[in-house]
Amino acid sequence: MSASESSPKTAVVRMYQARQQIYPRDVSGRYATLRWACVWLTQLVFYGMPWLRWNGRQAVLFDLAARKFYLFGIVLWPQDFIYLAVLLIICAFSLFLFTAIAGRVWCGYACPQTVYTKIFLWIESRIEGPRSSRMRLDRQAWSLDKLLRKSGKHLAWGVVALWTGFTFVGYFTSIHDLAREASVLGLGSWEWFWVLFYGFATYGNAGWMREQVCKYMCPYARFQSAMFDRDSLIVTYDAARGEPRSNSFRKTPEPASSPCIDCSMCVQVCPTGIDIRAGLQYMCIGCAACVDACNMVMDKIGARRGLIRYSTEHAIEENLPAAAILRRIFRPRVLIYSSALLVIVSVFLGSLILRVPLKVDVIRDRGSMGREVEDGMVENVYRLQAINADEMPHRYRISVAGIDGVALSGESEITLAATETRLIPVRVRVPHGQGRPGSNSISFRLQELDGARAQVNEKAVFYIPR
Amino acid sequence: MSDFTDGFWSPYITVLTILSIFGCGVLLWMQGSRRVTLEPGQDPADNTTGHVWDDDLGELNNPLPRWWMWLFYLTIVFALVYLVLYPGLGSFAGQLGWKSSSAYQAELKKADADYGPMFNKYLHQDLKTVAADPQAHAIGERLFLTYCAQCHGSDARGNKGFPNLTDQDWLHGGAPETIKTTIMEGRHGVMPPMGAALGGDKDVENVANYVLSLSGSTHDPIKAIFGKPKFTVCMGCHGSGGTGNQAIGAPNLSDKIWLYGGSVDTIMETIRKGRDNTMPSFKDFLGEPKVHVLAAYVWSLSNHPGSAVALDRPTATSQ
Repeated sequence: MSASESSPKTAVVRMYQARQQIYPRDVSGRYATLRWACVWLTQLVFYGMPWLRWNGRQAVLFDLAARKFYLFGIVLWPQDFIYLAVLLIICAFSLFLFTAIAGRVWCGYACPQTVYTKIFLWIESRIEGPRSSRMRLDRQAWSLDKLLRKSGKHLAWGVVALWTGFTFVGYFTSIHDLAREASVLGLGSWEWFWVLFYGFATYGNAGWMREQVCKYMCPYARFQSAMFDRDSLIVTYDAARGEPRSNSFRKTPEPASSPCIDCSMCVQVCPTGIDIRAGLQYMCIGCAACVDACNMVMDKIGARRGLIRYSTEHAIEENLPAAAILRRIFRPRVLIYSSALLVIVSVFLGSLILRVPLKVDVIRDRGSMGREVEDGMVENVYRLQAINADEMPHRYRISVAGIDGVALSGESEITLAATETRLIPVRVRVPHGQGRPGSNSISFRLQELDGARAQVNEKAVFYIPR
Repeated sequence: MSDFTDGFWSPYITVLTILSIFGCGVLLWMQGSRRVTLEPGQDPADNTTGHVWDDDLGELNNPLPRWWMWLFYLTIVFALVYLVLYPGLGSFAGQLGWKSSSAYQAELKKADADYGPMFNKYLHQDLKTVAADPQAHAIGERLFLTYCAQCHGSDARGNKGFPNLTDQDWLHGGAPETIKTTIMEGRHGVMPPMGAALGGDKDVENVANYVLSLSGSTHDPIKAIFGKPKFTVCMGCHGSGGTGNQAIGAPNLSDKIWLYGGSVDTIMETIRKGRDNTMPSFKDFLGEPKVHVLAAYVWSLSNHPGSAVALDRPTATSQ
């Protein structure tokens, strides 16, 4: 090293940075309309569902205390948890499939983070005005106007957030009772906790965190590249047409190939604050706000729409027509995802339709292996845990089979009230000389005597002493 | 528990815990920013962390939001507050004085407050009245299946060494109040080894045959005749006719009900080695109100016509 380099320069690199507030500009257009439609659809379902009634009860209620989950005509029990697992698998596969075909449509249109951010932004722009006013307001010193606008905004956010928390709790406890209790502020402590917790999460995520949830917290943003390929739809900038940019605002003589005029509208409308012209990036949530913004500008300068558009990497590189993009939907990845999804959905629906609202578990008495009773008969004792998962009382006959002459001793007919669980002690006898010494397989059957005549068989072991 | 009673461990754990938390804070502070040495010609604004692999592979700095860092600091504050309030620093009990045992007691108390009135309602009723109450019957059945069925069987018909509760034969008496006493206080039944008192194996066999003859069971009449005079030793407890004595829990030998088995071999074993049998006390464990309901249920097993365990009942308590 020479003397001039003996004291090397240093610099301080910060590992954490302050967040840059993003002020997305309002945008209208085809995709903005679609996004609003999704907001309405998802939120009508979310806020409305708990108020629906079904056969004199709440149609959708996840009653955790009683461990029963009501979904319209179906009552699911903890034993039916497999359905939840399968449902989650279906959701995951749907996400894979949609991502392979159309990229992050979930993020852009239906994700609660997007939807609530959109609602909160709408409130913000009603109170604080459009993007430029909001930016100015934030730079301003505190004044009465600023105080009123800011507190008004947070008040409105708070109301929406509380209503959201209230609705959320209404899925787990009767929303009519909840409304009655809430009207006199008489909620239970856990109800208060969850209403406030979920409300606070809504307020914090949609009001303050916004795009940071997508950028720093959401795992989907990070693993989506495993589901993407070069034929997945993405929001993309046509660099071949757009570059080099030209910021002349006169009407272009060639509308089909006019370049990007660098108006930065696509950046201003972006809810995550990125520049789509830098290429595909994990921060892009695929909301297509930039597509609407760019199309609006192209219309104004008389150029052709579509400088920023839904396309695929493949189509952009090779300049493929829309028909070619459509044709490429039928590629192995999509076909495999779809067929897997189809199989799982059919099995799921099939088993849900064929589901028997009766469950039986056999618990063998462990205190005694087997005892001899009159006439040399061998007797074993069991408890049947019978669950009537139906919302009607039913009569059942218990029977047993598996060894010649095997029979119940004592009563064999029982009645279970609606959604009742009961332990039923039963004695089973086998005549002398039947069956092998040691363990013998038998099976209990519970047969519904009325209604749909549902029946359940359950295996058990009958022990004959040596 | 006994492994860490030495006074050394509490300060050891305390120091280690506080040092670790302090160390986390220091690490966080040190990693918040980094001073990098710029290579000649390197732009100070190229935003790399100064971490270089394989000669020329730099690491781009992709900073986390600052609130994220504050969350890390918040966990440290939380840890310190927690350690002040709750037990965690060695043997320090924490300012709140929280204990798992008192939490358990509080839950018990709450359960008693919730369900106590239901049981207390029956406590003031006569046992036979309770036995006729369908709801009490259902509660009794559940209590029985939870606490009694392990020994007496789910159907209450007992096992070897554990009496059948559905028949009319009682070791200590089958009146409702007696059953309640049995459950409350427990019972200890002892039959002493009588082999030596009777003489040799031959005498034991003769007495066993005489005992069998009392109930008209299959026996050897000759041996029974020889056994009869020896049986006087047994009369003190079992009575002259072998009909037993419920006051001391001596079984009736003149029926065909056997607690341990009615074969000659089993009876000989019982005489030779004696028997020692215990029914535990449930007074402290369940408390009188529950035992009351349970006693009524057990009494009803042998005092209702038909099936011992009623499969049907008019009301349902469970959900």
